[in-house]
Amino acid sequence: MALAGQPASIEPVTETQFELREDAAAVAAAQPSTSVDRAARVVVITPAKRWPRLDLRELWHYRELLGTFAWRDIKVRYKQTFVGIAWALIQPFVTMVIFTIIFGKFAKFPSNGLPYPIFTYSALLPWTYFASALALASASLVANVNLVTKVYFPRLLLPLAATCVPVIDFLLSISVLVGMMAWFSVWPGPAVVLAPLFLVLAAVTAIGFGLFLSAVNVRYRDVPYAIPFVIQIWLYVSGVIFPISSLPTWEQWVLSLNPMTAVIAGFRWCVVAAPAPNPGQTLVSVVAALVFFVLGLAYFRRSEPRFADTI
Amino acid sequence: MSIAISVQGLSKQYRLGQLQRGYGTLRDAMASVARRLREHELHHHREVEQIWALDDVSFEVAEGEVLGVIGRNGAGKSTLLKVLTRITNPTRGRAEIRGRVGSLLEVGTGFHAELTGRENVYLNGAILGMKRREITRKFDDIVAFSGIEKFIDTPVKRYSSGMYVRLAFSVAAHLEPEILLVDEVLAVGDAEFQRRCLGRMEEYGASGRTVLFVSHNMQAMSQLCDRVIQLDGGCVVRDGPSVEVVAQYLQSGLGVGAHQAWPDLDSAPGDDVVRLREIRVVDQHGDLVDAVDVRNTVGIQTKFTVLTHGPPLFPQIKVVDGRGDTAFNAMDTNPVWLEPSEPGTYVSIAWIPGNLLNEGLFTVHAAVCSFALPKPAIHALRPVAFHVHDLGEGDSSRGAYAGLWQGPVRPLLEWETVRS
Repeated sequence: MALAGQPASIEPVTETQFELREDAAAVAAAQPSTSVDRAARVVVITPAKRWPRLDLRELWHYRELLGTFAWRDIKVRYKQTFVGIAWALIQPFVTMVIFTIIFGKFAKFPSNGLPYPIFTYSALLPWTYFASALALASASLVANVNLVTKVYFPRLLLPLAATCVPVIDFLLSISVLVGMMAWFSVWPGPAVVLAPLFLVLAAVTAIGFGLFLSAVNVRYRDVPYAIPFVIQIWLYVSGVIFPISSLPTWEQWVLSLNPMTAVIAGFRWCVVAAPAPNPGQTLVSVVAALVFFVLGLAYFRRSEPRFADTI
Repeated sequence: MSIAISVQGLSKQYRLGQLQRGYGTLRDAMASVARRLREHELHHHREVEQIWALDDVSFEVAEGEVLGVIGRNGAGKSTLLKVLTRITNPTRGRAEIRGRVGSLLEVGTGFHAELTGRENVYLNGAILGMKRREITRKFDDIVAFSGIEKFIDTPVKRYSSGMYVRLAFSVAAHLEPEILLVDEVLAVGDAEFQRRCLGRMEEYGASGRTVLFVSHNMQAMSQLCDRVIQLDGGCVVRDGPSVEVVAQYLQSGLGVGAHQAWPDLDSAPGDDVVRLREIRVVDQHGDLVDAVDVRNTVGIQTKFTVLTHGPPLFPQIKVVDGRGDTAFNAMDTNPVWLEPSEPGTYVSIAWIPGNLLNEGLFTVHAAVCSFALPKPAIHALRPVAFHVHDLGEGDSSRGAYAGLWQGPVRPLLEWETVRS
């Protein structure tokens, strides 16, 4: 290197390029497996299909995010409230007291031979869960508009996480039910072990309708206004304040299309030893819940590609 | 070299109504159906104005390449990023991305004001695609990098906006994707924050990761990217080495040519003291040019009208290269300019010698200033632009080297070498 005139002035350029190559090589050497992973992980982006299929593997891949969303909503739910989580106990309890006075004392509704407070509170537990889950799920996409427009994840996670949140309220409210049962000396039978199944049925129903309504809500913001109203009417045809079994038989079959009738009758049977629900009607309810679930899911998946554009 | 991102004929159509009115109420929808019924239009589809936000876009990004995407607002940059990050679907076409993708469309996506800094790190990390275990492992680094250790258990609603952005960016900076898609993240925060962002992005690029980077920051573009594509009207209109594309974009985008004139004195740029009348880029013969040979002298001719007797005035120029970096400032130091100014029209030419500027686009801000403490007051300022090119005949400072040449200037120096 006796005469380093021109090359010297060019050197900075070549130097940088060498540096880059060295770094790239070092990274490749440090993680030899990544290139294999890379080949394996290819994301293909194409126009939305008319009927997108449900990618269960992807959902499983995102299971941690589902948990994180649920955790966030639970954490935030009673932030900066004075009585906090006690709201979860107050709401169904006060409703029970009012129902007992109006329907139990004045209207003298039948109650499967149970004390009316027990009769109605045992129904209000799954009902309150269902009502909260439905409302939260319906609002979930719009409530997370900043996520929907800024980052990709299966949108299903949002309504699914929303239906997990009121489970906490439900579990807490059980303590009040246990206290009341002790007070009124009402004991559960062996069917108590089946109680979670009816909660699952309530969840499936809430998810089905929640998926549908959350997708509708993206387009039409009427949903938040309609929900409280729908839930109120729904309560009266679900057997919370009177036993469905006290109605004429054909009416029972018609109402069994409402999955919540099976949830409430079933939960009462399991927990406070009310008469067992009609198996045929329960089956109708289960099938109805599954049909609503599939329809809600299909509508959701169909609308999903447009969420970010229309929300 | 393998391809990390491959985009083929990607198109995205929006209905204009969809853009303007994202949602309506059921009532609006019913009203619109009723109107259509009344107008007997239900069956033949109403003409909806449609726009193609992306129109047949194709390009490939090699593994380890840092690609910049530029363009005016509405050119399709954000839509492209939204499609590539799978936030929205394309209308036509196909894209393939090979590798673990991390996308940053904003800093702090999903931060919840009621949650503490710690909780938000976990939340935001999960949303950006990190596993819980991964976040736990990096947690201390993330907090240290943000520099807000003391407030990590305080709800972020009590944070200043600066702290908020620092924490949010810190989470994003600890993502370890193989392919990073970034949008305008650098638009937020102060200069110090932007510097750190750029530094981090440079590290990403240097470590062999593939980066696709959308921004309006032209300096960052030419600094970080190997290659830049320019979108306009949803189409790729330029694709090439970053410095070239950015320079061409600046030239076309600014609409600044080599000549500006303001014949009407009252509306000419300036103030009560002095107004600019004309700025021209000229060659050694005084003729207007917009491209000059790197070896030749180029003059910046400024014509201005002084309106009042007043403080001493002097002409000044600032030369800025295609990346937005200032090459140099210059002013006329002739003692005549130390005299109080006399009304009249003046023409002043600054001669920039040949073999000084590098090749590329240069913008010259011509100004008339007066001395005022602590720094000169600028009375009138306007830009002109011109191109410097090298014919490659071997007698410029380039010699026989034909590759990339860095820096705004490349003077032809005197070299002395002795053998000892």
